[in-house]
Amino acid sequence: MTTPSGEEMPIASSDDVVRVRQVVRAAAAAAGLSLVDQTKLVTAASELARNTYAHGGGGAMRVERATGEDGRKGVRLVFTDEGPGIADVDRALSEGWSSGTGLGLGLPGARQLCDEFGLRSEAGGGTTVTVAKWTR
Amino acid sequence: MTGGADDTPIAELLRSWREPVLGRWIELVGETVHGRLSEAEVRSELTELYGLVERALEGDTAAGDELRAALAEISRGRARHGFSPTETAVGVFALKQSLYEQIRMTRDQRAYSELIDFSSYVDELGLATFETYAAAREQVIADQADQLLELSTPVVRLWDRVLGVPLVGTLDSARAQIAMETLLQALVTTGARYAVIDITGVPAVDTEVAQHLMKTVMAARLMGTHCVVSGIRPQIAQTIVALGIEFGDIVTKATLADALAYVLERSGLRVVGEPEG
Amino acid sequence: MDRVPILKIGDVLLVSIQTDLQDQTVLALQEDLSERIVATGAHGVIIDITAVDVVDSFIGRMFATIASMSRLMDAETVVVGMRPAVAITLVELGLSLGGVRTALDLEEGMRLLGAGLPHAGPAGSARPARPGPALADGP
Repeated sequence: MTTPSGEEMPIASSDDVVRVRQVVRAAAAAAGLSLVDQTKLVTAASELARNTYAHGGGGAMRVERATGEDGRKGVRLVFTDEGPGIADVDRALSEGWSSGTGLGLGLPGARQLCDEFGLRSEAGGGTTVTVAKWTR
Repeated sequence: MTGGADDTPIAELLRSWREPVLGRWIELVGETVHGRLSEAEVRSELTELYGLVERALEGDTAAGDELRAALAEISRGRARHGFSPTETAVGVFALKQSLYEQIRMTRDQRAYSELIDFSSYVDELGLATFETYAAAREQVIADQADQLLELSTPVVRLWDRVLGVPLVGTLDSARAQIAMETLLQALVTTGARYAVIDITGVPAVDTEVAQHLMKTVMAARLMGTHCVVSGIRPQIAQTIVALGIEFGDIVTKATLADALAYVLERSGLRVVGEPEG
Repeated sequence: MDRVPILKIGDVLLVSIQTDLQDQTVLALQEDLSERIVATGAHGVIIDITAVDVVDSFIGRMFATIASMSRLMDAETVVVGMRPAVAITLVELGLSLGGVRTALDLEEGMRLLGAGLPHAGPAGSARPARPGPALADGP
């Protein structure tokens, strides 16, 4: 279902968080997402990129044009890092909980803002977060 | 589909009785469409279908596909023009009746045995017709819902820098979303300090609708506009309490007039009656 | 790293954010702003985000921090010009900017701080400016 357009960018500094926002904004606009949905996806990407950089010790984001199960077009983002991983995924996804700085809205917030959310993580084995947003 | 080798194949019967069976079919269908389609239209439609049925029963698979496509096209047209499901399905089933009447008249014993197989074949076609009809109706409904969405979220100016958003009809997620975006955009373009969301015309408020209302009010607040929700009818108030929905610190008023009075008062305005005479 | 300029208009400090905010810029702005409030004795801070198309939890938290910080120094903070898409996203994100005041535009923000021109119109001009909606914590 996915056409990987292969655009991958490193997330190594807080500068890259800003670049992630710009890349995701352009991809979301190109995929035809509404302004509100673009903003939601860019905001989610900003949260996740900051997590990747601040908690995962840096990593990468891949942007894909994708099609959802019901045929709607959209954008999928995959964030990966080789960091310490998340020991308690359920807890990290519960609102208001934070493992470091921030209000703890990063993961639950990103999940709230997207149509699709996937998290794979093991202690010591890095973290992969996948989110997608479809056109309405 | 057709009977045994000894019997007259149904396709042959249809061909030899083309004139009376097709004629009666057209007559029967003509009765159900009550002049919404001209006789010539019915005739040309059914003549085409009749020919396709003949060929399909002879084992022509291409004609079978064509028959289904033609039926689908006709049912879609019927659905769009507001024909009832019965009227649409009868159009197909009437072929059975027409043939049955012909067999009874001719007392052709061999044809009777063919009729059962033919009957189930027509039933199958009828069901396919019905499915297309239902799908087409659903499409019509979806299109209308979309149009309604665009039409149904008016934003009106109640006073200087006071907007009113009367919501009418069932608020589902998609509609609430559009209403929210329309309202917030209107705040920017009009510079409104207050907005009154009136839900007098919303038949039911459940947890989801309440959630959307709260999100709208909170988003408007972030932009600097104070929202009031009005039109809380007694039944709605009861539901809200029964469901345990918390409206938080959102200001709610029973009527639009109350809301306007509240907003004017907060803006430091007073309505003063002129002494009569 | 860019630094966001802080302008002074009367006794109000105006911060107009025009760039895509980097986290360090956000932190530097908080610092700069508190120094300027003390140095100028300003009684109001306006953060204009008309040009900002994304506010994530980090930036959102900055508004709340600046508001609490300046309140300690006796200055009111008003965030003005939030775009509809940003507002919807913040609500969806579950971020309630508790204690931050908001206004639709700069003029309205100045009025809230009592620093604008007297408002002319049917609302009457002689009355003191009404406080805008204070943001309470959401559910």
